[in-house]
Amino acid sequence: MCMPKLTAFLTATAVFTSVLTLAANAAEVHVLNWKGYGADEPWAIAAFEKATGSKVVNDFFNSEQEMLTKLRTNPGLYDVVMINAAFNDQAMAEKLIQPIDTSKLSNYTDISKDKAGSPMLDHDGKVYGVPWVWGLTALAINEKSFDKPPTSITEMWNEAHKGRVVIRDDAVEAVQFGAIATGQNINDIKDMEAVKTKLTSLMPQIKTFWSSENDWNQMVASNQIDIGTYWSGSADRAKTHFKLPVSLVIPQEGAVAWLDAFSIPVGSKNVTGAEAFINYMIDPKFYVEWVTKVGAPVSANTKAVEALPEDAFNRKVMGDPDVAKRIQFQAPITDAQREAYLALWQQLKVDVK
Amino acid sequence: MAAQGATASRSGLKSALPLLLPAYLWLTVAIFLPLSAMVFFSFMTELPLSGKPWAFTFGNYAAFFSQSLYLTLLWASLRLGLEVTLWCIVIGYPAAYVLAKVLKGRSREAIFLLVILPFWSNGLVRIFSWAMVLREGGILDTALNAVLPFKINIDLMYSYPAVIIGLVHSYVPYMVLTCYLTLQAIDDSLIEAGRSLGASRLQMLKRVIIPLSMPGLVAGAVLIFVPVVGSFMEPRILGGRTGTFYGTVIEDQFVAVFNWPLGAALSFILLAVVLVILALAAPMLRRAA
Repeated sequence: MCMPKLTAFLTATAVFTSVLTLAANAAEVHVLNWKGYGADEPWAIAAFEKATGSKVVNDFFNSEQEMLTKLRTNPGLYDVVMINAAFNDQAMAEKLIQPIDTSKLSNYTDISKDKAGSPMLDHDGKVYGVPWVWGLTALAINEKSFDKPPTSITEMWNEAHKGRVVIRDDAVEAVQFGAIATGQNINDIKDMEAVKTKLTSLMPQIKTFWSSENDWNQMVASNQIDIGTYWSGSADRAKTHFKLPVSLVIPQEGAVAWLDAFSIPVGSKNVTGAEAFINYMIDPKFYVEWVTKVGAPVSANTKAVEALPEDAFNRKVMGDPDVAKRIQFQAPITDAQREAYLALWQQLKVDVK
Repeated sequence: MAAQGATASRSGLKSALPLLLPAYLWLTVAIFLPLSAMVFFSFMTELPLSGKPWAFTFGNYAAFFSQSLYLTLLWASLRLGLEVTLWCIVIGYPAAYVLAKVLKGRSREAIFLLVILPFWSNGLVRIFSWAMVLREGGILDTALNAVLPFKINIDLMYSYPAVIIGLVHSYVPYMVLTCYLTLQAIDDSLIEAGRSLGASRLQMLKRVIIPLSMPGLVAGAVLIFVPVVGSFMEPRILGGRTGTFYGTVIEDQFVAVFNWPLGAALSFILLAVVLVILALAAPMLRRAA
């Protein structure tokens, strides 16, 4: 290919790509979420597109930090973003998300009052996040290793499970787990030394640090572990969909709870479409289908949870008022705290080498 | 004469330019620019992308020295690099010798293919396959117990040996390929001459074959040592509790806490240490080559 032709070709390619990028028309809803987390289910998208005529375009992030960066560097690109409530405050302070007119969301009134009124999502009387689902980071056990499920978090330290305990490779989760084990508030850890000592004594028990649901399920399937930290939705999925001998234990000492919510970024070109999409995401019909087909965390919409069968895990176990008393919702964490937690976690991992 | 030489070399460069340009353009865009950006980031307090005010600092580099953690891990990673390189030599060199000097024709092609084969599969797939082999009740454990009359318990998964096995498997082809090239270039008449002068097999190896194939050994060792020191995927998946290395800590800074400045600074310290090691080894390497 001679030079002018090549240049022409390259220019044509560049022009073509930019036209494609600019062609984001108003009937599209650009959604930013974790991959494989409800909003990108093909059946759900098909149903939404059929009902509204708008087209859903999914984009994904691998960490909350990446999500914030994508919002910062692509103003106007996204219409809906899924933000963990602990990060909502930061996103609002950086003017990345806008207030939501909840009167446009017919399902909003069904959201449980404690979640809809969460100070993490509402600022100055305006709603910046619509609660979607919540779940727990608790313990899960390999049923083959226990005659009777344990009730206390101290089971992780039991000598009998030495080398058969797992914990997620996540500094914040590990430190907050340590806080619960030492009877502290996860959002206001006063005695960090106690957490460190407690976690140090846990390290020799550990088999490995898991990072994905698949890791956990594989280790149970090959009977390599007894107990470990796990997410409530994942434990449910492992049991009901993968038929693994896994059951969730919400220790008497408590568990870490998180709340995921939908927001609308500043500069969204299709606020109406965004509102319709969020309303669909919190709709009982979508939720029941999500739970049945894939397995999901607990909906923030009380009507959606009530639409589940009586004995459904998300209704029976997670809806138990006794559980509600024990769990602690994650509050925002500063970058400095996050880095301090990571330093502590890395030190623990090096000391055990 | 001199002027003529200069024009000749200039015209040589001129005609070489179209050939060199794509490679250099690619290097500039894909390597030099991002790397310079990373150098820049490593001296910053905050990432400019985060929209927060930022300033220049040496703090990220100071962090390395303020905590014993990083030094311990760097040492562990260097040791890992050395051990993996050593195992690659032990396994790869004899294989390369057989390929170059013993096998001929079809059988050489077949064995060569087997050596290259791991390159054709995705690295992550290879690591997960090892996970299936090494764990308790895994393929190795089951197979050995099926054959052996007594019961043995093999659970190598989530241990330091597992990391070594995974890494050696990934990198041994480099050693085979580089050694094969230099071994093949050794003139057979030199070996025959040595033999006819009465050298024993060991003497032949020590005085003729190893010295002549040294460039390949050195190139293979460098190609293996450098990436292994910074590896993070294999230790994380296979190492379990013992899988924390310098590379995994850098990955954490980028992925878990989004502290790119510190991650970049740690990477450049690693780069500097590796360069120093290579520089120290240079006289030896030059003599060898």
